[in-house]
Amino acid sequence: MKTSLYQKHVAASGRIVDFAGWEMPVQYAGILDEHRAVREACGVFDISHMGEFFVRGPGACQWLESLLASRVSALEPGAAQYSFLLNPRGGVIDDLYVYCLAADEYLLVVNAAKIDEDAAWMRSHAVPGVDFEDASTSLSAIAVQGPRSTDIFKTCFGRDLPPARNRVLKIRRGGQFSYVATTGYTGETGFEVVCPNAQAESLWDAVTAVGARPCGLGARDVLRLEMCYPLNGSDLSPEHTPLEAGLGYFVDLEKGDFIGRDALVAQKAAGVPSRLCALVVREKSPPMRSHYTVAQDGRPVGETTSGGLSPSLGAAIALARLDPACAAPGTRLEIDVRGRQYPAEVVRKPFLKKSL
Amino acid sequence: MNIPTDLRYADSHEWVRMESDGTATVGITDHAQAELTDIVFAEPPKPGATFQAGAVAAVVESVKAASDIYAPIGGEVTAANSALSDNPALLNTDPYGEGWIFKLRPANPAEVENLKDAAAYTAHISR
Repeated sequence: MKTSLYQKHVAASGRIVDFAGWEMPVQYAGILDEHRAVREACGVFDISHMGEFFVRGPGACQWLESLLASRVSALEPGAAQYSFLLNPRGGVIDDLYVYCLAADEYLLVVNAAKIDEDAAWMRSHAVPGVDFEDASTSLSAIAVQGPRSTDIFKTCFGRDLPPARNRVLKIRRGGQFSYVATTGYTGETGFEVVCPNAQAESLWDAVTAVGARPCGLGARDVLRLEMCYPLNGSDLSPEHTPLEAGLGYFVDLEKGDFIGRDALVAQKAAGVPSRLCALVVREKSPPMRSHYTVAQDGRPVGETTSGGLSPSLGAAIALARLDPACAAPGTRLEIDVRGRQYPAEVVRKPFLKKSL
Repeated sequence: MNIPTDLRYADSHEWVRMESDGTATVGITDHAQAELTDIVFAEPPKPGATFQAGAVAAVVESVKAASDIYAPIGGEVTAANSALSDNPALLNTDPYGEGWIFKLRPANPAEVENLKDAAAYTAHISR
């Protein structure tokens, strides 16, 4: 499948790869250049492959409360929140963003690879008084990220970007609505725009004309990894809970029942069987990748779930699912890369400390 | 795309230069480095290691992925490019020069005839 911005990627010499069935740019000029553009200036990503669901109706909030792990009722119109769709074992079906557009209208932004599964799961729990619409094929989305994105927003939209994170603006253009949220997957100031497909190219042209550099999935992955933002399918899975991923902050066990809650309560009482940790390799090493064995004094204690080379730190980094006994910052471990052991240290998340 | 006419090429995008001292220098092609993108790590073989033609002899890693580098011909490694340890980007900036990966003493120098010349390699990558 191709997004509405596919021709833009080809015209800008984007290197196209398959991602969850989508032909997406993995990079343009280079991952390191694009990483720097986002950390120091501004980059723009096509995220049109992601899914968008509308949930509307008088029972919308209550229904989402029963399906999502976060406290959706805490959202006021114009606010957004990170959340999880869990299975009854507390495992992660998907991680997603909830935009509260109105008291009875929500927009969910979900992972590209999970659109069909999420939609089927939500439809299988349909209730009267709630309308569920998968609008993924009619909507596009871009993420504009980096310290210059505030200026770029003002130039392109003629108004100020809300300074706070997780704000949502509803913007009417050409008789259709777009949604701007001060969210992102890079750790930088920025915004994401969900818009009708027909408006995606003009939006892309507008932000690139004033200095947003086209960036691909490669840079996006490094940027998110430096911030320890999880990638579903790698760091999150149906076999592991958000508590194991260290994301209990986004789970509300006090809000009332939701799918997966009982399992989380039980796991919290019993203790987590694994913990997703941040590992840094300080000596010269190859970039870390997923599925490398992590050991302590030769004894396997887990494996990496994501990895790379942090341009900001100049060191190889990884997220790893570890025996909780090895999860304390400062713990010294080894990562096996092609039979050679590289010394790694558990560090506090995120790798890159930013104040937003 | 730079494809020097004095080298021989493997389908897997390594080049070989037969040196006057009887050794063979091995690297990756300009096409390969462009496909791999920013190379951030290289693990050349240790001198003394021996490989059959087509065996994995080295690994290079870009930001995105690790890639095996194959011995285009068989032989014993006589030297590895230690400069790649501090500056793996040489593989991107000078793939046929400073970015060479290893040298080997061919077990059977005639094996080089199994490799493509520049014209055949050009055709191979434009398929």
